[in-house]
Amino acid sequence: MDPRRTARTVSDPKVRQVGFFTPAPPERSISDPPRFQDPIQPPSPSSTQVNDQSPSGNSLSPVMIPPAHHHSDNFLRTALQATSPPKAFSYSAKTVTIPPENEDVASLFSPGRKVVSAKSPSSFPGVKASSVPASELTTVSVVNLPPGISEKAGGASVEVQNDRPVSAKTLKEKTSKAERRALQEAQRAAKAAAKAEGTKASSAASKVVTSANTKPSKATKPSSQKNDGSQVAASEKKGDDRAPEKDRKKDAPHPRMQYDDKSRVEKAKKRAVVKQTEARNRVELFRHLPQYEHGTQLPDLETKFFELDPMHPAVYKVGLQYLSGDIRGGNARCIAMFQAFKEAIKDYSTPPEKTLIRDLTARISSYFLKNRIAKLPLALSESEAKSTLMLDIDRFINEKIILSEKVIVKHAVTKIRDGDVLLTYGASSVVEMILLHAHELGKHFRVVVVDSRPKLEGQLLLRRLVRKGLSCTYTHVNAVSCIMQDVTRVFLGASSVLSNGTVYSRVGTACVAMVAHAFCVPVLVCCEAYKFHERVQLDSICFNELGNPDAISKVQGREEINYLDGFVNQENLQLLNLM
Amino acid sequence: MPDTQALVNDFLNKLKKRKIEGSQATAKQTAELLRSVISQTRMPYTNQAAALIHSVKAVGERLIAANPVELAVGNVVRRVLHIVREEDLSLTTAAMAGLNLSAESDDEDDTDRDNHPALSAAAIAAASRSTLRPPSLQTLLEDVPDSAAVPHTSSSGGDSEGKSKSADKSSRSRKLKHDVIEAVNELIQDISTCHELIAEQAVEHIHQNEVILTLGSSRTVLEFLCAAKEKKRSFRVFVAEGAPRYQGHLLAKELVTRGLQTTLITDSAVFALISRVNMVIVGAHAVMANGGVIAPVGLNMVALAAQKHAVPFVVLAGSHKLCPLYPHHPEVLLNELRSPSELLDFGEFSDCLDFGSGIGAPLLHVVNPTFDYVPPKLVSLFITDTGGHNPSYMYRLIADYYSADDLVLERRTTSGN
Repeated sequence: MDPRRTARTVSDPKVRQVGFFTPAPPERSISDPPRFQDPIQPPSPSSTQVNDQSPSGNSLSPVMIPPAHHHSDNFLRTALQATSPPKAFSYSAKTVTIPPENEDVASLFSPGRKVVSAKSPSSFPGVKASSVPASELTTVSVVNLPPGISEKAGGASVEVQNDRPVSAKTLKEKTSKAERRALQEAQRAAKAAAKAEGTKASSAASKVVTSANTKPSKATKPSSQKNDGSQVAASEKKGDDRAPEKDRKKDAPHPRMQYDDKSRVEKAKKRAVVKQTEARNRVELFRHLPQYEHGTQLPDLETKFFELDPMHPAVYKVGLQYLSGDIRGGNARCIAMFQAFKEAIKDYSTPPEKTLIRDLTARISSYFLKNRIAKLPLALSESEAKSTLMLDIDRFINEKIILSEKVIVKHAVTKIRDGDVLLTYGASSVVEMILLHAHELGKHFRVVVVDSRPKLEGQLLLRRLVRKGLSCTYTHVNAVSCIMQDVTRVFLGASSVLSNGTVYSRVGTACVAMVAHAFCVPVLVCCEAYKFHERVQLDSICFNELGNPDAISKVQGREEINYLDGFVNQENLQLLNLM
Repeated sequence: MPDTQALVNDFLNKLKKRKIEGSQATAKQTAELLRSVISQTRMPYTNQAAALIHSVKAVGERLIAANPVELAVGNVVRRVLHIVREEDLSLTTAAMAGLNLSAESDDEDDTDRDNHPALSAAAIAAASRSTLRPPSLQTLLEDVPDSAAVPHTSSSGGDSEGKSKSADKSSRSRKLKHDVIEAVNELIQDISTCHELIAEQAVEHIHQNEVILTLGSSRTVLEFLCAAKEKKRSFRVFVAEGAPRYQGHLLAKELVTRGLQTTLITDSAVFALISRVNMVIVGAHAVMANGGVIAPVGLNMVALAAQKHAVPFVVLAGSHKLCPLYPHHPEVLLNELRSPSELLDFGEFSDCLDFGSGIGAPLLHVVNPTFDYVPPKLVSLFITDTGGHNPSYMYRLIADYYSADDLVLERRTTSGN
């Protein structure tokens, strides 16, 4: 019997499953298919994952990303629908759910969305929010910490639902949406992995859900495409781009999942693949974002690597990489996600009674991919279809990420003159390429690298620059007002640029831009077009990611700073690690 | 005095090696040291004030040179000098009053000479006040003859004194030292109790359900917040950790122990959260004459963010932190660069710190300043132990505490002293 049928009895799946997933075990509840048709349904996290739809023998487990708004989350989530029992995993998905969140969250929780099967990752990483007022271009990236909330099985159920009624609709999905979603999910997955938090599933789940949700809703604008891409590519450092999911729709985007809604949190928890324990002391101001303790989920998840039937190991691997922080940066994560998708597609084989198009579309929540899949002519054989898809993915990566970076670099080096002192914050791949290219062209300039806790990403950039022979100065973000007097230009990277002109980037970027403005130093923000998003945001609190609070209390490399040992469990003390 | 010299050298060492932390401790120790210097100074018969001033300046100059960035040392030295001048002046006026009363009969002989000795004590006091303080309504209303009369008066007063009883002089000299030492004791007392006086004002500024932001750690801020907590005001505090010293961790720990709701954040998140903050309360390292603040690094960024979001930026400073100098290029001249090891791990970056690049210059510089300069336009309020003040009022406080003659402490080498 079709496992998907049984899934209908499951409670409303808010989480969409992203990617390939195997049918969920019977005890898993699958979201009700009709549910996704009701776009206003509040997302009900399905308790089980709909893993049952994976093609025979194919186990793709995208990393479950927390209900981040990323498409990639959804994708990952579905991917994560491994054979693991429907227990909710809460993982602190590092997957930063940035911009695509809109869609993801909405999809997650909007009734219309397909719910990802239970494996959705629990944690829903907040987005790195740096909302920059348009006037000032200050980007403060706040990263939300991978909340333990994992989008549970939303993905599975979503998938089920998506498959059936939505198949027709999904075919009409615009390319951009799919792309966005894919990117989102990739990003989310990347983030989750990068954060080395355990919650992969939730993000995937959430992503899946959201994407599922958006499907039934009205078609969104093509801009989602950009968002998708941006989301995926959002460098970890830069924070996540928001899922442009919402942008597709002509009406206002659904609000993202707000974590102070207990019922939704509970549902999401049930669907989580990775269990995540809630942070003991939640910061009140950020109750709408998941806040979970970052546990050591990684070893657990790694052991499950071989058990994950529904999820393709490549996708799961990417998820793990996101979680552990091996892949950093939006672009890198996007590319990694797409590579994983390619692997998954390669291994995919159509189950007997389904058509490739519909089945594959159901499994992959990525907007971009769905779109591409939908556009495949029916007459294509399976292998041809698969190769076409893979070519499409390659083209996307090439055009939107690699080529666009080249164009940006070409333009930006014209802004650098001899004798300049350039300041950059954190580690942005685009800015790094700009600086290296300018150095190759023979320009003489100095670089000031400003770094901040707790990630200290500037050190990586510093090392790479000094290796290439650039003269660099390294300092901490607190000292930026002392150093700004000597600086002639500021180059910043971004995770996303939002619809009201604000730039969303790593936390602290806004501080740097503000000080630059006070000293009348020009600020240049470099951002690929696929990272643009339709969402709007006023400050860094509406949407963000919260990282591991332990990262604040412990100062890496300086053991003598241990004032807070044993203090973190105090009732009155809260640690806030905005990303 | 070998005893004093040993003390002075000991203190100089501590200053040079930066062993003393915090302006309050430094100020207190400086004041105590100067007190012992004063008590050991031998007083000549005439012009004792000058002798005291000379000895204090000699020591003070060396102290300031040992740690120029620690402005509290210079502040205390100048305060003590001001005390000496004031005490001397008050003694002189008292003596003049006494002299005038006793020498009333002699006045007729002297009136044709000049008017100076005939100046009443009140007039002298008024004149002295007017030189020491900027013109206020009170002094303008008093009919004061040219203030140039005052120095003449004191010298002529001295002469006339010399004509009268000499026993007075020795008693006067003892009295001067005694008075000065008493005043210095008061100064030490003030320095020690500045926290309580500032904390008393906490209730006026912190109210129920407020959110306060601070950066790093300052004992004044800690006392301030706890005083408000004592009055049963419940509020929340965001503490920015203040890298690279991470003193924010200490402050957070202290606040939590005392039962305040605290959230520890990174410095980069300050801009993100400041929109939800009601007030920023910070301590200062020193306050300059124009109202600018020398504060721990990172506070300029916080002040800019606070101004952008229209959040009041309150600086708590004891009066020993008030410096009569104006800041010129404070980021460089009044700043100290600390070790790069606080930012970078030398082991990891050993390849980058190599000097062997083509041009022979190091490719990597690390900047780790200790202080930040906050211009006066970013500060909303100063809370000192004398109350709350505007940054533009600082010059008045300086006029109260310091004399204009003491601003430059370096003695000219040509004078041959």
